[in-house]
Amino acid sequence: MKITIGAVVEGGSSLQYRTGSWRLERPILDHDACKDCGRCEEVCPDSAVHWEEAGFRIDYDYCKGCGLCAYECPEEAIQMIPEEK
Amino acid sequence: MSRTQVLEGSEAVAWAVRACRPHVISAFPISPQTHIVEQLARMVADGELDAQYVRVESEFSAASVVSGASAAGSRAYTASSSQGLLLMTEVLYASAGLRLPFVITGVNRAVSAPITIQVDHQDTISLRDCGVLQFYAESAQEAYDLHLAAFKIAEAPDVLLPVMVCMDGWILTHSYEPVSLLEQEVVDRFLPQFRPVHFLDVNHPKTWGSYAEEDVLMEFRYSIQRAMEGAKTRIREVFTQLGELTGRDQGGLVEAYRTEGAEVVLMAMGSVAGTIKEVVDALREEGQKVGLVRIRCYRPFPHEEIWSAVRGAKVVAVLDANVSMGSEGAVSMDLKAKFYGRPGAPKVFPCIAGLGGREVAPEVVREIIRRALEGDEAEDGSWQPYWAGLRPEILP
Amino acid sequence: MGKKRKRDAAAEEELFVSGHRACPGCGMALAVRHILRATGKDVIVVTPTGCLETFTSPYGYSPWRVPWIHHLFENGPSVASGVAAALKAQKRDHIRVLAIGGDGGTFDIGFGALSGMLERGDDVLYICVDNGAYMNTGGQRSGATPLYAATTTDPPGRRSLGKRERKKDLPAIVAAHGVPYVATASVAYLGDLRRKVRRAMAFRGSRYIQIDTPCPSVWGFPSHLTLEVGRLGVKCGLIPLYEMENGQIVSVKRIKRKVPVTEYLRLQRRFHHLLDRDELKRLQEFADDTIRRYGLLGPSEKGGSHDREGGPER
Repeated sequence: MKITIGAVVEGGSSLQYRTGSWRLERPILDHDACKDCGRCEEVCPDSAVHWEEAGFRIDYDYCKGCGLCAYECPEEAIQMIPEEK
Repeated sequence: MSRTQVLEGSEAVAWAVRACRPHVISAFPISPQTHIVEQLARMVADGELDAQYVRVESEFSAASVVSGASAAGSRAYTASSSQGLLLMTEVLYASAGLRLPFVITGVNRAVSAPITIQVDHQDTISLRDCGVLQFYAESAQEAYDLHLAAFKIAEAPDVLLPVMVCMDGWILTHSYEPVSLLEQEVVDRFLPQFRPVHFLDVNHPKTWGSYAEEDVLMEFRYSIQRAMEGAKTRIREVFTQLGELTGRDQGGLVEAYRTEGAEVVLMAMGSVAGTIKEVVDALREEGQKVGLVRIRCYRPFPHEEIWSAVRGAKVVAVLDANVSMGSEGAVSMDLKAKFYGRPGAPKVFPCIAGLGGREVAPEVVREIIRRALEGDEAEDGSWQPYWAGLRPEILP
Repeated sequence: MGKKRKRDAAAEEELFVSGHRACPGCGMALAVRHILRATGKDVIVVTPTGCLETFTSPYGYSPWRVPWIHHLFENGPSVASGVAAALKAQKRDHIRVLAIGGDGGTFDIGFGALSGMLERGDDVLYICVDNGAYMNTGGQRSGATPLYAATTTDPPGRRSLGKRERKKDLPAIVAAHGVPYVATASVAYLGDLRRKVRRAMAFRGSRYIQIDTPCPSVWGFPSHLTLEVGRLGVKCGLIPLYEMENGQIVSVKRIKRKVPVTEYLRLQRRFHHLLDRDELKRLQEFADDTIRRYGLLGPSEKGGSHDREGGPER
């Protein structure tokens, strides 16, 4: 790929970089326990939780497994389990 | 198409900048740059110039403000001297790397310590490596012309680098001479609005100022070098175009003055060329074969033009108003680097002249020529720098 | 915030997308997401050198969906001033300038430029995402490091208890410039943070928000506790949250149940050396003084919105 003048980069291009491989623990969202409050989406530093028609979904391509969503969930609907490599 | 007025050199520069219609001006006061930025402030205050004038708390911020303005797509201008230019150094490296065009007047003044307001070229020469183009003016008129050209060259899509117009403090900034000013419509046609290749645009968000690693860093540096080399074509073109508008031909990247058949060619930058030309004229009258090459564009270094101008000469005596401590003057080093190994290259006689405001009187120039002709090389053939006008008797 | 509103927020176009390289649980990355959520897309962001610049700008990979520029470490405010001047000259008045810098670039090396920008009143919202040390280089002391915190350049030892001096009171210094809006916020109270950013955007001129952004990597706590540590910092009184308009404090975040400073400190490796020391009392006194100074205890004034937003109390 050719370099750009002044090293200018397209905004949003980090989506090409999958940080999910950093993860040591995987958050598992229990949709039955989830009350759709959106706290998990709100506290994710990696913008890796998305609202979809069926409810909230964790994007494992980018989730680094920090565990903030699980700790902050008021319904305790997210469990962290060791990531299997 | 033009009108002539007797102006202080600083005023001439302010008129040139005004005619270029910058969106943003930012400056911090330092002698002898002050009259330029005061004139511009007056023009803004009187509504003659519609620009945002950001009065900053340091030269570091002045250079940063114009860099930010350039990134946002605006034509921008700043000026400084001496310590102020050194304080800008880091900013100028980064702005060249980010390919942010703007124009800066480098009003030449020696560097501390001891602190002084005397003129030499140590300040601007210290910035020679950072990716900023450097022009040197001989007169207020030339300073005026070079500023008009500088914006056009800086903003050219194949250049996109800061351009510095250097002029000797006091000698050029604070003395009066008749200066011919172009009409605004002429300048507007010559220099249309800035059309940036990239700018900070919410509709097309770009990220500018990335972190890079060894896989691409060398290519980014090389592309600045390539832009510098390529700028030579653009500079020749713009100087020619401007020359046609002004009717003034001050030379291209260099001015060759009576170099035909010269045995000794002097080489210098800035206002000292006036004195040298007088001496050259006098010596030519006396039958001596001497000439002058005045460098107008120091970065990129115009070695092709210099080579054409000095071919056949025995010696090129370089008057450097700067010194790289522990070595010699910057221009003589550049010249040797380009001449070395080239068949028929003249010898280079390095002189340190005009340092810290020490006068380069006609006798000093004559003495340099005498030594150049006699040859005062060491036994091993090396030629140590000659510190012209040095007072050895007061050394401890 | 109600469920409906939270879902709407989630559905908004994300202006700070995935794939950035912040450490897991980074408080700063989370703060930036919510800053941009509050400003919307019509902003140009300037970021001086630091963690934020490094983890968001490896060449070719940018999470920023707003125009963004990094120039140098010490010139974030002046580059922002230059952008603001250009926008004014171009009459692009609806585009606003945001500078987001770390505490090193704000409290220390960029301080002169910041003061210049504030004194001129340039139309910039400057946000300091404050994690109290130079994290990008491994956690060296800054002017924002709190008293007694361990840093790599002011480590505790036989003759040292870590940082010897108090954190510089930068919001007060900023306010002394006479700017229209100054606030402190915490990533632990995201609703309050977004509200303050929106409030700041309602003013023209220079505005300043300082956001406490706990750093799991260098403060030394597990990455799932970033907000918990942030909350305890507020609840013990060491991190007062308040906002000032035109020099007057107009709101403070009240502490409903005050906690001892040890609860905040014991979670963090940077304070472990202090836990069995008498000097702990000095920190407790400092927290108590802060609580008194800002009137942080007691019920919120009627109509104060700042207690309703933010995370659930634990």
